[in-house]
Amino acid sequence: MLDTIEKPPIADKYTTARLSYMDAIVLAQKEEMLRDESVVLIGEDISIYGGTELVKSFDENRVRNMPISENSFTGMGIGAAMTGLRPIVDLTIASFTYLASDQIINQASKLRYMTGGQIQVPIVFRTGMYYKIGNAAQHSDRPYPFFMSAPGLKIIVPSTPADMKGLLKSAVRDDDPVMIFEDCNLWAKKQQVSTDPDYLIPVGRADIKRAGSDVTIISIGACLPMVLAASDTLQKQGISAEVVDPRTLVPLDRETLIQSVAKTGRLVIVDNAHRTNSAASEIAAVIAEEAFESLRKPIQRVTTPDVHIPFSSVLEKTVYPTVADVIEAVNKIQ
Amino acid sequence: MSLEKTEHFEMYRRMQRIRCFEEAVKTLEVEGHLSIGQEGAIVGACMALRDDDFITGTHRSHGHPIGKGAKLKPLMAELLGKATGICGGRGGSMHLADFSVGVVGESAIVGGGIPLATGAGFSAQVRGTDQVSLCFFGDGASNQGTFGESMNLAAVWKLPVIFFCENNGYAISTSVEKSHGQPDIAKRADGYGMPGVIVDGQDALAVYRVTNDAVIRARKGDGPTLIEAKTYRFEEHCDNLNILIPYRSQEEINHHVTTRDPIDIYQASLLAMQKVTQRDLDTITSEVKLEVDAAVKFAQESAFPDPADIYQNMYSSPIDYSA
Repeated sequence: MLDTIEKPPIADKYTTARLSYMDAIVLAQKEEMLRDESVVLIGEDISIYGGTELVKSFDENRVRNMPISENSFTGMGIGAAMTGLRPIVDLTIASFTYLASDQIINQASKLRYMTGGQIQVPIVFRTGMYYKIGNAAQHSDRPYPFFMSAPGLKIIVPSTPADMKGLLKSAVRDDDPVMIFEDCNLWAKKQQVSTDPDYLIPVGRADIKRAGSDVTIISIGACLPMVLAASDTLQKQGISAEVVDPRTLVPLDRETLIQSVAKTGRLVIVDNAHRTNSAASEIAAVIAEEAFESLRKPIQRVTTPDVHIPFSSVLEKTVYPTVADVIEAVNKIQ
Repeated sequence: MSLEKTEHFEMYRRMQRIRCFEEAVKTLEVEGHLSIGQEGAIVGACMALRDDDFITGTHRSHGHPIGKGAKLKPLMAELLGKATGICGGRGGSMHLADFSVGVVGESAIVGGGIPLATGAGFSAQVRGTDQVSLCFFGDGASNQGTFGESMNLAAVWKLPVIFFCENNGYAISTSVEKSHGQPDIAKRADGYGMPGVIVDGQDALAVYRVTNDAVIRARKGDGPTLIEAKTYRFEEHCDNLNILIPYRSQEEINHHVTTRDPIDIYQASLLAMQKVTQRDLDTITSEVKLEVDAAVKFAQESAFPDPADIYQNMYSSPIDYSA
């Protein structure tokens, strides 16, 4: 059983290094900043949480610590992107993207279209999803579905160190605005990752994390370790689950998802976002519209319910999808 | 720095271009946010800039690209939603952004262009050029968060940005008096650590002088300036606005139109300087009228965009799923 968490694709002439998800975030940015001097990093408290290496490696011209003005420093990055730079804007905690959403949606996502293609907006918006750690509702959002509704953005949710490195580097090289949703629950996860400074994973390509034949489990972002654990248990029950990670939510790799469902005939989608209008909802709609005849049973969504994230750990641990939830959803459609 | 005769002519030409362009728009069946009355502020500011400097503008977007030197045909065609429009018919009256003359955006989100202009200045600083970025915004935008946030960012990093407020007295129907704690927006500059200058926006030469000072300061690396040009919108906010409760008096409008017309004021000062004759100015005006007539003809004769192209320019690099 191929598990790319242990065996990432690597270029022959390069070795691998054992990197954490956080190492991959830092290394991807460092490599791109070394490669292209138009890449700059702006954000709040950059030196905290892994940015120390970047602050030490580049001068203040290219790594700028910002006052707490999310909407305007995001817009500043967009203005710079249209005039010769390739900024990475670090929006720290994903709940703060709401403050920056005016500039992200009304300017970054629309300006190329609204100017008839006169300009490009090559910018990366990085943001971290800090949840399951008792931060309460205003620090615990997983808001990628919110931005999926704004056409013109590309949206990435990497789940492994290798995917993070390859996708973040592709995002920096992309000529469109890309939002990358990082997950603090994955920071410490380690994996062998290619040292190739041109190791890229294309935006818009899903990855089959584990091949299987009885059910497709589409896993969004940091659900992956939990979904793989569930598939181990299911394997012991005699159910072979195919685990597919879209990796990019916009544009969605519909073909890979549809092909997997065509093979298995059953679909469970696991997403840490709130249930209504989740990424899982959109994927369910796509499969229902385009692959309905492949389905032998109804699509199941395993998501966080439409409740705010409570502070108390006793409450918080009850809201996110679990291994048991995934197994239950799979068993329901056997 | 004083202007050469040819520069005076160019300034006069651009002011007349805006006026004639807008007068032509009034005769067309299009929604327009007209810049009539604000030509002195716009062109006075733009004449202090180089071709490679950046500007951002507002929903009242017709004047800014013309002031920066844009060609009229694609602008007029855009107002008619034609494929030959500067934005291919995707922008319209509030978004006449012509990137070829340095217009980085005309934002219909009030205050939305202020961070973008700040970013263009940031870009120039990082890239080590001496370009500057000038941000047009109105009195209404000065009450948005982006105003204070961006002013502070530019001051912190000494960015080469000129924050240029066209204070025309009204955010649609809401007067400065009823929306600002004190009426002089330029006074806010002190709170952010930059110079603030008030200038008569109807006096194009005065606007040019204070903007030029701000540009010199920005190019030297001394940071941003806030300029507040007191100006006046002669026309309604836009066409087809149903104003049931008047927010300004006809007497007030008449006063500005008859005694505070920026073109009349500039023309008088030009003739007083004896640099030019009335005939010179009449020649320019005639040429501009021909130019505007040709733009209208071009716009009217151009084709509409093909609905099959509606997805064009959604992305620079769309994903090729067949690969």
